Amino acid sequence: MDNKGVLVCGEIAEGKLAPITIELLGVGRKLADELGEELSALLMGSKTGGLGQEAIAYGADKVYVAEDSLLDNYNSDAYTQVAANLCLKVLPSIMLLGHTDVGCDLAPRLNGRLGGGLAMDCLALSVDPATKLLVSTRPVFGGNAHAGMISKSARPQMATLRLKIVPPAERNDSRQGEVIPVEGKIDPSALKVKVVDRIKEEVEGVKLEDAEVVVSGGRGIGSAQNFEMLWELARVLGGTVGATRPACDDGWAPMTLQVGQTGKVVSPKLYIAVALSGAIQHIAGCLGSKYIVAINKDNEANIFSVAHFGIVADHKEILPALTAKFKELLSA
Amino acid sequence: MNIIVCVKQVLDPEIPPAKFKIDPEAKQVIPPPGVPPVISLFDERAVEAACRLKDKQGGTITVISLGPEKASEVVKHAIAMGADEGYVLQDEAFENLDSFGIAYVLGKAIQKIGGYDLVLCGRQSADWGNSQVGSILAEILGIPVITLAGDIEAVDKKLRVKRIVRDGYEVLEAPMPSLVTVSNEIGLPRLPAGVRIMIAARKQVPVWKAQDIGAESSQLDKANAHTEVTSLSVPTRKTECEIVTGDTPGQAAENLAAKLAELL
Repeated sequence: MDNKGVLVCGEIAEGKLAPITIELLGVGRKLADELGEELSALLMGSKTGGLGQEAIAYGADKVYVAEDSLLDNYNSDAYTQVAANLCLKVLPSIMLLGHTDVGCDLAPRLNGRLGGGLAMDCLALSVDPATKLLVSTRPVFGGNAHAGMISKSARPQMATLRLKIVPPAERNDSRQGEVIPVEGKIDPSALKVKVVDRIKEEVEGVKLEDAEVVVSGGRGIGSAQNFEMLWELARVLGGTVGATRPACDDGWAPMTLQVGQTGKVVSPKLYIAVALSGAIQHIAGCLGSKYIVAINKDNEANIFSVAHFGIVADHKEILPALTAKFKELLSA
Repeated sequence: MNIIVCVKQVLDPEIPPAKFKIDPEAKQVIPPPGVPPVISLFDERAVEAACRLKDKQGGTITVISLGPEKASEVVKHAIAMGADEGYVLQDEAFENLDSFGIAYVLGKAIQKIGGYDLVLCGRQSADWGNSQVGSILAEILGIPVITLAGDIEAVDKKLRVKRIVRDGYEVLEAPMPSLVTVSNEIGLPRLPAGVRIMIAARKQVPVWKAQDIGAESSQLDKANAHTEVTSLSVPTRKTECEIVTGDTPGQAAENLAAKLAELL
């Protein structure tokens, strides 16, 4: 096996290194040091400016920079082509990507093309001291279990890392490294999928994924109208509303607010779960919350098994008083 | 328009956590007794996407499922929703395959069926969720792939796909045939009508073995697996739930607010 070194597939967002890339450089540095090998990074974009140097400051020994107008925005075919060609040249032992819009698409495609071994949405990455293999820990069954995965012989050993799992790498501008331009043009005949349009959707208030407080409701809320009570509490707390799959299926809340395995995974400071039982697929979406609060009239409801605080009562008797008290406390 | 949809039968993700049990030695989940497995949620959306295209364009939908013979249940569910034909891919050699092995078997079955304009998969399975079979399958078939579709249209012999991204969506155009993985944003799957359920119940779902699709044993050899699971555990949560009380529900609510306000 000739594959050597750790390669981070970086992302550029609005002219800067994306936060996940800085996180990956930190993890990649650690893995590379444990292996006694090099850490390299790949940056793709139409203009990469001084970002190569910046990646070095964050820990890379070598940065491969691919500049092409076709790489301006993420294009699956173009990015796959460039990254696959580079991997065939550099032959990394480990390749790390972010579990982002880009990584979720690019990693499995690259893996399919390179014949590597890929673990998606990883929560931890380490090197087994005995075998020197990458051990990737990832959630399975909607996060109800964790699986450790390895690739004995397939290379590269690939992983996408979930956002904000590790702290960003420390910047050290005195670090030395090499920025290497990637040679070769993109073969336009291999670009089969055309990007026709990109639409940014504006959301009212705070985005579910970014909210510090999420007030979620389940089928026990009873109606779309009753969801208004959750909105009131969310507004007082500067947060937003989430919902379970059944509540979304019933049209009480828009699909974009669905929390769970089939919806969004959120990790706010405070997650208030109202009148929802806590199916494994829902809990999978909120387990990362700092504090989980359950309000349910059924004291046997599963949500209490993951909650830090709970009230056993009908939510209709609780929410108005809770909202009023928060209003009083937060304005004081 | 001829569509092939890959579906998987999985443990019902709507079970309560208390029923979720694993065998850490075997690195397997122990299915709770009395809870029937279901079609993986995203795969059901993929069937829905196929049905919508068929409603508009006509054509056929063929469903394949790699799994035990019992997986004919999810194939029949898809037929009840509107699919025309279905096959189960079952063989001892197909058990516990990694993503490459699964994609290889699906690819062999798809090549046997042939004549397709579109292959659909769910964006990930609801159980192991490896989230890569669709993309590997597209590489094997040598066709373009679009992941995380929230809507699929066929316009002028081309596919127009809305790909869901974090802050909105992209509109992508792909030639046919292509492979598309479907996300839940596509919307709710239809409830099968009674008459379709009858049709599905009577439908024969042939079982294809390795030799029926020409799957080579060297490709299915576990020694050549690209990935393997080395451990399976249920994360321990040290949460003690503090039940907040009060003389009245209103008082309990106020006590809770006071506690939380300190933490925020």
